[in-house]
Amino acid sequence: MRDGVSARDDILRDVRRAVGEARRPVDVPRDYRRERVVEAATVDLFAERVADYRAEVVRCSLDEVEARIAAALPPHAQVVVPDGLPWAVPGAVPDDRLTPAHLDGLDGVVTGATVGIAETGTIVLSHGPGEGRRAITLVPDLHVCVVRADQVVAGVPDAIRLLDPTRPTTWISGPSATSDIELDRVEGVHGPRTLLVILAG
Amino acid sequence: MTSTFVGMPAFPEAARTALGDSQLRANLAHATSTIRAKRARVVGEVDDWEQLRLAGAAVKDDVLLHLDEHLVRLEEALTANGAVVHWARDAEEACAVVAEVARSHGVDEVVKVKSMATAEIELNEHLEALGIAAWETDLAELIVQLGEDLPSHILVPAIHRNRAEIRQIFTDRMAAAGRPAPDDLTDEPARLAEAARLHLREKFLRAKVGVSGANFAVADSGTLVVVESEGNGRMCLTLPEVLVSVVGIEKVLPTWSDLEVFLQLLPRSSTGERMNPYTSTWAGVQPGDGPQEVHVVLLDNGRTRALADEVGRQALRCIRCSACLNVCPVYERTGGHSYGSVYPGPIGAILNPLLRGVGTDEQTDSLPYASSLCGACYEVCPVRIDIPSVLVDLRAQVVDAPRGGIPKPEAVALQAAAAAFSSAARMSLAEKVSGFAGRLLGWQLGRRGRTSLRRIPGPGAGWTDARDAPLPAAESFRSWWKRTGGRDA
Ligand code: SF4
Repeated sequence: MRDGVSARDDILRDVRRAVGEARRPVDVPRDYRRERVVEAATVDLFAERVADYRAEVVRCSLDEVEARIAAALPPHAQVVVPDGLPWAVPGAVPDDRLTPAHLDGLDGVVTGATVGIAETGTIVLSHGPGEGRRAITLVPDLHVCVVRADQVVAGVPDAIRLLDPTRPTTWISGPSATSDIELDRVEGVHGPRTLLVILAG
Repeated sequence: MTSTFVGMPAFPEAARTALGDSQLRANLAHATSTIRAKRARVVGEVDDWEQLRLAGAAVKDDVLLHLDEHLVRLEEALTANGAVVHWARDAEEACAVVAEVARSHGVDEVVKVKSMATAEIELNEHLEALGIAAWETDLAELIVQLGEDLPSHILVPAIHRNRAEIRQIFTDRMAAAGRPAPDDLTDEPARLAEAARLHLREKFLRAKVGVSGANFAVADSGTLVVVESEGNGRMCLTLPEVLVSVVGIEKVLPTWSDLEVFLQLLPRSSTGERMNPYTSTWAGVQPGDGPQEVHVVLLDNGRTRALADEVGRQALRCIRCSACLNVCPVYERTGGHSYGSVYPGPIGAILNPLLRGVGTDEQTDSLPYASSLCGACYEVCPVRIDIPSVLVDLRAQVVDAPRGGIPKPEAVALQAAAAAFSSAARMSLAEKVSGFAGRLLGWQLGRRGRTSLRRIPGPGAGWTDARDAPLPAAESFRSWWKRTGGRDA
């Protein structure tokens, strides 16, 4: 409170004054590409674009997922797995409300995903069953992420339509990177330095 | 470890100093040309780019012309999601909210994700004065903070530093702020990034309070969005128990589906990537996942003033991508510090006067002249802000601004200059602008007591003079400024 008037009331009043008679409906032209069909080439594009960020991409059938996960992990690795992950993982450590410090001591994490975006090579997690809370895919240094081919969409608008805005989401496009030093892209700052995507089906 | 722009010299003088620094100019030229090429390539592969720009501009116009309604909806949705909403008329009120949250949890440090809004309100300095350390966690911000320097670019605040300088800063300064740099640190970018990872990890793991901004705030769902590269944003948004986000009131989007436009426009315009490595969205408190106490500070700090400007209000569409900086011939030659604000480049030349008001200080009033009106900024702007038109309009406002009833001599001279600048568009601009500005404004500035720069430049004395007499760059601009106030001899 300042002079007995709340900041909220002041700001809303100032907004109304500032807009004044200019207030009018604005038509938003939505003639950009909004819905696109998914073809076999869409899934290929997804694989290509994920790899373009220097993430590793492994393609396999749905039956082979467990074997590919096992092959992706270093020997004797301890990896955190979220509840509801449909695949068996060697060295699995269930996420029993592990602290950040505990997560920091593990070797990796294995999760599923909600959507894959072909055009941008992006994986979106919405942190439900099989994906886990946000911290588990952030602190460990290796993220093995299984994306089913039927989860791949063509573009950003297609993904937005499938996501629930009230859930937390994390959009991942390649491993953590920075271009802050002379605009050189360097992988691996704070997120997992290795991202391995198993594209199944 | 504080840095502010308060009391910076006006643009022409600061630009003269910058032009004398050949390292700065080399770093900038390399960086901006690299990023321009990357942007052009990824924008070129999107065949509906123009449609996306039109949609982006229209969504933002709709937001601005109904901002009160959207803000009230945003507040309702955030509150329903368990967030606590605060309103702040100015920087002081916003800083006070963050400080109060930190104090109520008894912490003496917070971790921060890079945010223009918190830089604008000088939150770090405010917290420091209260004994609370605000750790910047973005690599470039860390470089700036450790170097006691000033940011010079929206996206790459340490764009003016090369790898050798960064190695030196890490080696000299990390130990005082926490984990020291490795003894065998080299200037390889990967080794420097690793040093930052190790230095910051201990801070992330123990942090109780995180502070962020937001790139977008979705009114209908109460969802905030942070777009980043390194994962430091995810750390700050996820690991602490408490999160405070300072959000400019113009960041509102009406609906979740509007993100489909902006999450295409922003990364391609900004880092020149198809998508940035990480984007986080969250809607208040998510039980069992992330911070369980979430605050959102809705910040005015001049935005309603800008909104009242019929020509200038379009500047509030800005999504801070920094594409306009990277194409600007004036920015490339002078660097970000010359603008004396956290918002440099073409957008800074209009946003600062719009937020602060013209006629309040010379620094702000000089900014609309920091341009050649070549129009490159408008062409690349993902939300089609017509920066040249706003500049021209602001120049008229500067000239007309009441100053105690008697027009200052500068006003008359500037009016003439405005006309000259307008026609100078495709000439060798840096020389033209500085020559004019130096003659017209003649504000005094000495750098490290070198009297040669303290004289008022005579007719024909342009930036070429400063270029031919480079000043040593051994001391950062920031520390020099702090030490001397720009006036010592
Ligand atoms: S004015 Fe346009 S180009 Fe410049 S930073 Fe803002 S959105 Fe980007």
